[in-house]
Amino acid sequence: MTLSAKDKAAVKGFMSKMKSRSEEIGAETLSRMLVVYPQTKSYFAHWPDLAPGSAPVREHGVIFINGVYEAADKIDDLKNGLLTLSELHAFMLRVDPVNFKIFIHCMLVVLAMLFPEDFTPQVHLAVDKFLAQVALALAEKYR
Amino acid sequence: MVEWTDSEREYINTIFSTLDYDDIGPKALARCLIVYPWTQRYFGGFGNLYNADAIMANPMIAAHGTKILHGMDRALKNMDDIKNTYATLSELHSEKLHVDPDNFRLLADCLTVVIAGKMTVKEFTPDMQAAWRKFLSVVVSALGRQYH
Repeated sequence: MTLSAKDKAAVKGFMSKMKSRSEEIGAETLSRMLVVYPQTKSYFAHWPDLAPGSAPVREHGVIFINGVYEAADKIDDLKNGLLTLSELHAFMLRVDPVNFKIFIHCMLVVLAMLFPEDFTPQVHLAVDKFLAQVALALAEKYR
Repeated sequence: MVEWTDSEREYINTIFSTLDYDDIGPKALARCLIVYPWTQRYFGGFGNLYNADAIMANPMIAAHGTKILHGMDRALKNMDDIKNTYATLSELHSEKLHVDPDNFRLLADCLTVVIAGKMTVKEFTPDMQAAWRKFLSVVVSALGRQYH
């Protein structure tokens, strides 16, 4: 499911729209993930507050979204471009890769809400393909 | 048996009461066929699915999308026994339609995205999304139960 030129263009175009609401996207995505998929809280037990919209959630949401933008910049070679991030997730964070899919779904739901006109089925397809490739690249160093 | 809290029941009923079946059903199915193109394998007799625009304009797909959503009505009206309510439907999907049950999950995800697209982040809250996800997982599980 390699990204075509059309996919990459659609992703880059949509990312530029996302930049105006990065903090909101990050906070909403993470908040929802922790509530809708409570098992994901197991990775954040050291945070003082896991409630939707709390300070740690909002701060970390931004970190996640910036990671997505970084990936978009390296869209032509995600595997190599995200090696350091992959190492972080594989050796330090050790997040089970199944959670990448969960995060992606939550992000898609948030994008649908925040960009009802722009998040067309075609954009949804391109973004989903892209994020799936990002997840694969993140899992690269796991074993 | 699945336990539903009062607030979960309320969230799910609220979502259904806001649904325009003739709009959301077609959009959800079309999105599924576009985002997960392999799901088109079950729609060979449905006419032109050549590209996204064709899928979105296809009246047979639209009619089927509405039908699917109305089918979920039965789950809504029998929330305390979705498993048995869907027994025959599950058999149908397994024995007659031969649908890979993973497709139910894909459609459920697309339905969630389409429904979310009609609401704001303040309306479709994390708690409401959690209740909705629970409902859909019960539906998906019930539909897959009779497979063997």
